[in-house]
Amino acid sequence: MRRVQLVRLAHARSGDKGDTVNIGLVAIEPEDYPLLVERVTADAVREHFRGMIHGDVERFELPNLNALNFLLHGALDGGGTVSLMMDAQGKTFSTALLRMEIDVPEDVYRRVMAADRGTGAGAGGAATGAGR
Amino acid sequence: MANEIIRIASGQGFWGDRLDAPVEQVRRGRIDFLMLDYLAEVTMSILQKQKARDPSQGYARDFVPLMGEILPDCVERGIRVLANAGGVNLEACRDAVLAEARSAGLAGRVRVGVVVGDDLLGRLEELIDRGHELQNLDTGRPLTDVVDRVQSANAYLGAEPMVAALAEGATVVITGRSTDTALTYAPMIHAFGWAADDWDRLAAGVVAGHINECGAQATGGNCLLDWETIPNLADVGFPIIEASPDGSFVVTKHDGTGGRVSVATVTEQLLYEMGDPREYITPDVVADFTTIRLEQAGPDRVRVSGVRGRPRTDKLKVSISYHDGYKAVGTLVYAWPDAVAKAQAADRILRERLDRLGLRFDQIRTEYVGWNSTHGPLAGPPPDLPEVQLRVSVRSAEREPVERFTREIAPLILTGPPSVTGFAGGRPRVQEIVAFWPALIDRSEIEPHVRVEVVTA
Repeated sequence: MRRVQLVRLAHARSGDKGDTVNIGLVAIEPEDYPLLVERVTADAVREHFRGMIHGDVERFELPNLNALNFLLHGALDGGGTVSLMMDAQGKTFSTALLRMEIDVPEDVYRRVMAADRGTGAGAGGAATGAGR
Repeated sequence: MANEIIRIASGQGFWGDRLDAPVEQVRRGRIDFLMLDYLAEVTMSILQKQKARDPSQGYARDFVPLMGEILPDCVERGIRVLANAGGVNLEACRDAVLAEARSAGLAGRVRVGVVVGDDLLGRLEELIDRGHELQNLDTGRPLTDVVDRVQSANAYLGAEPMVAALAEGATVVITGRSTDTALTYAPMIHAFGWAADDWDRLAAGVVAGHINECGAQATGGNCLLDWETIPNLADVGFPIIEASPDGSFVVTKHDGTGGRVSVATVTEQLLYEMGDPREYITPDVVADFTTIRLEQAGPDRVRVSGVRGRPRTDKLKVSISYHDGYKAVGTLVYAWPDAVAKAQAADRILRERLDRLGLRFDQIRTEYVGWNSTHGPLAGPPPDLPEVQLRVSVRSAEREPVERFTREIAPLILTGPPSVTGFAGGRPRVQEIVAFWPALIDRSEIEPHVRVEVVTA
């Protein structure tokens, strides 16, 4: 097993509903979806965001989209116009989740490191990403 | 028309979205319907205030000149427009559009429909008196807690009244607070004659609506995967739904436009503002987003099929806004060396000043833009930044302490840590906080009050 940052395995989009942030986490390669289901649990996400959210974390599975949807309650300092946060609509919680590290098998580690995605490589992503 | 594909274009993801997007949608290829989403949750309170100051206002003003610009094309090519631009003054919005149509030489050739009955501001007392608590869906508190501070209250209406307006021949359908998704699937119900209990097809329409309602966010805008390879966002094509009578549809955009329509761009938008994906509740149907099947059907074409739905509920969502105090945000920029340490020292000085002045706030928040304002503690300890922006914000039920706070930022330039700049914009503005109160109400309290009126220019 090797540690790898989620940004190499998944992409994400986040948004708000009141004081709750939702994060949709999508496997870049469908074959990695079961790994996300196994490792990126509601508990792991709650732990990852410790100190940033004050409520519970719920997780929903969308195997049809190779995606997980997380609801982070009490994440927006009251939410909407009440919130004093720079990111009162939770738009950047998506990439905050992608900072999380999970254990993956050696072969997955080699594959995602070779793909060179999402960590500021920039042009590296361009070389592999065309046509997606 | 019942067996043909219809093309429903998205022209506006929110009030303030790219101004020429609807014009491009009309002129750069074939479409049959154009949907425009103008209303965010807090927009209604702004419009109620505008109407209170001027009885001829209270709707999305940008919509009117836009109609003047595109109506000649729409009439010539049979394109029909659906927009929740009516805000809290549907008749005034309609009259302004009618006037635009006449001055564009379209008298007698444009029919404008309005959907009235979502505005509950004048009915709240009566509803509460009759036992409706309008409990906050998040906190469970009854609306009586804040009813004296309410600024707007609207029920979310579904597709039925829009379909009625289309059936009466409306070229333009203007609603107040309708669901964003219904603006996309009302044309499907109208064109394909779907039954009100055809749950799977209605749910497919909702999914199409969810893809359309945020404009270019489905066609490459704000898309994280391979973002740097998405072409020509300066000319991004907004989404177009090619809907089939069986409920399946293709997401695409006009040929020659920028952006991208891929399984990744559509998936990201499907997950945006998602709750429980099995229960996407709308006034017309409960859609199950775990049944959606996506497939790349060609360049910039994604096919969507398999969507299942369940019967609608007997409740409608109500969106209420109320006054909830004041806030202000002050910012200053500190330069290397020790940029973060200087900003932190300025924050300590500012807080001590606020204390000495005896100012009390419900909350003071400090963030450092360039270090931790988006990812918080996940950003780790401060690196040696070339510069950082100190961002301090305060909130209070009273205006006075917030006002005083706004006068304590500029003095830090001469009284605080060195190498500071970024105050050219002047004193921070005191903002009124308009908070949002989501609730549910029985469908039977709303629907008998909904009216559809269609008139000819």
